[in-house]
Amino acid sequence: MTVVTPEQHGLKAHSDGGWDASEKGFVPVQTRSARPRSFEHTDFAPVNGLEAEWKLTPVKLIKPLLDDALDGAPYAIDTDAPEGISVEWVARDDARIASAGAPEERASANAWTNFEQALAITITGEEHSTVRISRSELGNTARAGHIVITARAHSNGTVLVESSGSALLSENVEVVVEEGATLNFVSVQDWADDAIHLASHFVQVGRSATLKHTIVSLGGKVVRVNPSVHLSGEGADGELYGLYFADAGQHLEQRVYLHHEAAQTRGRVNYKGALQGAGARTVWVGDVLIGPHAAGTDSYEQNRNLVLTEGTRADSIPNLEIETGDIQGAGHASATGRFDDEQLFYLQARGISEAEARRLVVIGFLSEIVQKVGDEQLEARLHTAIEAELEGTIS
Amino acid sequence: MSVLSVKDLHVSVETEQGTKQILKGVDLEIKQGETHAIMGPNGSGKSTLAYTIAGHPKYHVESGSITLDGAEVLDMSIDERARAGLFLAMQYPVEIPGVKVADFLRTAKTALAGEAPALRPWIKEVNGAMKALRMDKTFSDRNVNEGFSGGEKKRNEILQLELLKPRFAILDETDSGLDVDALKIVSEGVNRAQESTGLGLLLITHYTRILRYITPDFVHVFVDGRVAEEGGPELADRLENEGYDRFLTDTSVA
Ligand SMILES: Nc1ncnc2c1ncn2[C@@H]1O[C@H](COP(=O)(O)OP(=O)(O)OP(=O)(O)O)[C@@H](O)[C@H]1O
Ligand SMILES: [Mg+2]
Repeated sequence: MTVVTPEQHGLKAHSDGGWDASEKGFVPVQTRSARPRSFEHTDFAPVNGLEAEWKLTPVKLIKPLLDDALDGAPYAIDTDAPEGISVEWVARDDARIASAGAPEERASANAWTNFEQALAITITGEEHSTVRISRSELGNTARAGHIVITARAHSNGTVLVESSGSALLSENVEVVVEEGATLNFVSVQDWADDAIHLASHFVQVGRSATLKHTIVSLGGKVVRVNPSVHLSGEGADGELYGLYFADAGQHLEQRVYLHHEAAQTRGRVNYKGALQGAGARTVWVGDVLIGPHAAGTDSYEQNRNLVLTEGTRADSIPNLEIETGDIQGAGHASATGRFDDEQLFYLQARGISEAEARRLVVIGFLSEIVQKVGDEQLEARLHTAIEAELEGTIS
Repeated sequence: MSVLSVKDLHVSVETEQGTKQILKGVDLEIKQGETHAIMGPNGSGKSTLAYTIAGHPKYHVESGSITLDGAEVLDMSIDERARAGLFLAMQYPVEIPGVKVADFLRTAKTALAGEAPALRPWIKEVNGAMKALRMDKTFSDRNVNEGFSGGEKKRNEILQLELLKPRFAILDETDSGLDVDALKIVSEGVNRAQESTGLGLLLITHYTRILRYITPDFVHVFVDGRVAEEGGPELADRLENEGYDRFLTDTSVA
């Protein structure tokens, strides 16, 4: 297959803008694909918090990850790689690195500049197998991380990365799904209350390949995971799911970019979030770009937020750009609301207490995504985790 | 003998144009095992009465009372009313995403009984009731009312009636949207529930056809927020032939 190299999809800014565009008084970059990219930290100006990219993020809390030198050494992981999947730490010059994308903002570039080794997960087996990777001992040192997941042609695998404990981490995750491969990738952020985690996922889905990508963010003070998924091969299929549950004082952010690059690609984006407690804050930005060569595209994205208490804020911003007239369908939906009183009434009218009714409605709301995870063990854990989150206010 | 009694009930709703009076003094008494039919023009307040008895927060009781064996229902929360033995089969049952029918039924049964039903006999009972209502087994695994057809939603209401065994049930237009076969199946379900538990029934309907299967002891004509006339089953036939014209004064909106 032809993996798109960084050169091909542009290290330099397009002529209609650049990272110095505003200084020169140019019109800011409009098209999602035209954002400036660079592997170098210093190519990105210091962040003041007013940039479109950062204005919804608590930049004060993430300063070390934006500005400081980061510890890029490997950290402890726990894994059980089965046959058909390898997990190893590799050097910066490994051929798999820089095959899926390049940073578009300063924290991501800082991680790229500073990482020393990358955690490489490579799936070769054609019989489906699952690898679980957990990390829980990152601690409070400001770190740079790099993960590169390669699903070789016609392979079939599930990669589950579960994060817990404290962390102050900026990382890049590259994912390449080669021709005809099927990859199910789930990243669970169930960090400790003080954790700060910024991640950019760069994903290329090749010809006739299938990707399911799921982000679950439950724990952490600031968790910002931004997947950029390029359906770059003809007939590529990408399903992007997300589930988040923000408690008091938590900031959970996800900026999802789905790029229909090749013809006959299908994309589905579905993110669901719940918010409870004072200062619970979520951000979802969903950019879908249907490029000029993406004839026959079938695309739909949606985000729904369930607000459980007063004092929360959910931003939900869908964007759809279409550069070809020849598509099958494209749409988006976004909604943020409180409990549906009619649903609660129905359950209560059957004798179920108000607290139990609320619990059922929230779990029901989020379970649509849990059911997509495709791993029974993890699904059960997520149900337990959601129940635990609910203990907080609903009792 | 159990009695559900509604006395001089006045109910309003808040609308954008201000407070709107809907029920204007309703009196009704239903004894255990009795079947009462309520018929009346659109907008006369039939569903309002049903929802008010069930405790929907949208409806404000201005005055009057609803008692169940002397206990004031208006002082009870929605779920307490259900646990006291009241059941409302809704005109428009709502969809509950992500909540499976089987889990919902078990949760409701547990809430009503105060303890979880023994698993095997419960599953047998659910399957039996579903079979009798000609509901496919796969409904157990589907989310409550999600993607159900209009008639399937109504069957699901009656399934709950049979399994949850209330003392008094209000069926709000359960017959609307049912095909001829479904009407018969659903009516049989209601009759079974009444025979086995001595259920008291309040049946809201626009049509006499359901009354051929479920024979009412009393028929009440509901007009402009109150009972305008009461009679036996023959009153239903008369309404079907004559309509509501003779009850409509110029104060009521047709
Ligand atoms: N939230 C509301 N805002 C404004 N008007 C309302 C509201 N709820 C009920 N009403 C009005 O109250 C009146 C009674 O409604 P209700 O649903 O009880 O009628 P109904 O007798 O059940 O009618 P139908 O036979 O059509 O089911 C109607 O005129 C309705 O428009
Ligand atoms: Mg009605």
